[in-house]
Amino acid sequence: MMAEKSVVGADAITSKGWIKAHRWLILRRISQLSVLGLFLVGPLVGLWIVKGNLAASVTLDTLPLTDPHVLLQSVLSGVSPELSAVVGAIIVIAFYLLVGGRVYCSWVCPVNIVTDGAAWLRRKLGIRSASPLARSTRYWMLLLTLILPLITGSLVWELFNPVSMLFRGIVFGIGMAWVLIVGVFLFDLFITKNGWCGRLCPVGAFYGLLGIGSVIRVVAARRESCDDCMDCFVICPESQVIKPALQGVDKGTGPVILSANCTNCGRCIDVCGKDVFQFGTRFYNTIENASVRQADDCTGAAVHTDNT
Amino acid sequence: MNQTLKTACGVGLIGMGLGFYAKQAESLPAMAIRPPGALPEEAFLGACIRCGLCVRDCPYDMLSLGQLGGDVAAGTPYFYARTDPCEMCEDIPCVAACPTNALDHGLTDITDARMGLAVLVDQETCIAFQGLRCEVCFNVCPIRGKAISLEYEHNTRSGKHARFLPVVHSAACTGCGLCEKACILEEAAIKVFPIHLAKGEIGGHYRLGWEEKEKAGQSLVTPDVKHQYNLPEGVRYDLQGRGLIVEPADQQPEPFPSDPLKRLNQGLEDQ
Ligand code: SF4
Ligand code: SF4
Ligand code: SF4
Ligand code: SF4
Ligand code: SF4
Repeated sequence: MMAEKSVVGADAITSKGWIKAHRWLILRRISQLSVLGLFLVGPLVGLWIVKGNLAASVTLDTLPLTDPHVLLQSVLSGVSPELSAVVGAIIVIAFYLLVGGRVYCSWVCPVNIVTDGAAWLRRKLGIRSASPLARSTRYWMLLLTLILPLITGSLVWELFNPVSMLFRGIVFGIGMAWVLIVGVFLFDLFITKNGWCGRLCPVGAFYGLLGIGSVIRVVAARRESCDDCMDCFVICPESQVIKPALQGVDKGTGPVILSANCTNCGRCIDVCGKDVFQFGTRFYNTIENASVRQADDCTGAAVHTDNT
Repeated sequence: MNQTLKTACGVGLIGMGLGFYAKQAESLPAMAIRPPGALPEEAFLGACIRCGLCVRDCPYDMLSLGQLGGDVAAGTPYFYARTDPCEMCEDIPCVAACPTNALDHGLTDITDARMGLAVLVDQETCIAFQGLRCEVCFNVCPIRGKAISLEYEHNTRSGKHARFLPVVHSAACTGCGLCEKACILEEAAIKVFPIHLAKGEIGGHYRLGWEEKEKAGQSLVTPDVKHQYNLPEGVRYDLQGRGLIVEPADQQPEPFPSDPLKRLNQGLEDQ
């Protein structure tokens, strides 16, 4: 539908400059790579800041962090974890409850770099294909990852999980895990747009559910200045989450993207030439705020609003 | 609804596929040994979250994590005794590091570990069985003398030497693999296997008389002490001890027989 526009966010680049139009993307890549880097300086340089991998780690020999999804699988298989693992999981859960569950996907998970790459190439090559998979498939996958340990007493999913495989592969030696990663890349490139993260990955589904009530959210704070360029829809890995917030004025919907599937990646903020989006909190979700925002008043709630 | 049903069925099928493949992928190769304290394999595969903390905290760096396409279930820790045996750290840092009890924190004394069991698999190549002195495995064993003992045996080939045969005792062997690593042969004659491969199992109905006797404090069959044997003169039978005893006809043999041949054989006839 968009008349051929070679670069998504071209408007943003002209109006804000390249750096600002890629600010969150750059920060995200820095975040993803530094997480990996922190785990890698141990084995590579012998500087042990963080040990382990995303399943469970110990930072500076004191702070435990545990992936609650992996731990849950293990508990379902019938094991009683050590206190440190439980504490680690609670810390992780608390963090994502606050910042948004799928922040894991966009700011930590290494597979995200792969799938973003596939999405980018897909746009470049103009590949369009209808998805054979419903977005809800991931919840069935999640259920599967929890049922398999119950039935088999074993962490079956962790034998296949590309997320753990890739991260552990980089930190401990990759083996054939790259085959899985190439598989994910090709799947996303040719079969389904954002297919892995958006439709299949149970890890993302788990973190999504975790972040259902999270505080930090993207807000379409200046939605009235949206000029329908659709760039945010094109760039967003979960584009279905934008519409209610961006175009919900008539329906009386607030400007906060409340869907737990928003990954808080901030790409919509980057890519918007009109600076419609910004990070905010979920408490900001009164319909007034959308327009009052320009008057720079975030807290007090005016009673009525004009949506022209 | 229709779509949902389809998705659910599809995912169910994937689940079955994963389950079956997982069963194969999880079969541990014979030579891969789990770290100390590892739960029995089935439970271990459910408990280990594949974090690699045990690998990181092992000061000897001898543990590895299984990789996709490798022999050991992806992400789970193991070692190969021949190349990297467990050095049996007193404080067992690998166990301390494990966040899930996949390595059982109940293991506090490393000599209680049962990672596997050493087996002298090949007597045909073991130097000691050739009648030569080796005992390297015996000497490197951290539970020296208990996990491996040397049994002396007459060397029938030379007729005048002893063979010093290494014998492993499962009650003490931790399966650390130091013996397998140290074996001087090209291919070790002593190998550490997972217990289920290394140990035989006696039929449940078997009762070993001497063991039962030990438990009960006495023989289970009424001892036939009073039995009268119809034995020739000068012969008696010691039921509890030496068996058939031929008593010398003469109570007092000549202290020093004058016949040198007799003298040489003195004492032999009453054995
Ligand atoms: S709505 Fe924006 S922040 Fe959320 S996933 Fe889409 S692009 Fe990323
Ligand atoms: S006991 Fe020591 S050498 Fe053996 S696996 Fe554990 S940490 Fe490594
Ligand atoms: S520390 Fe425990 S959970 Fe982690 S890899 Fe080792 S055995 Fe598995
Ligand atoms: S594996 Fe070998 S060295 Fe280790 S305890 Fe057993 S007999 Fe001794
Ligand atoms: S080290 Fe090897 S060759 Fe030597 S006694 Fe032990 S098993 Fe036999």
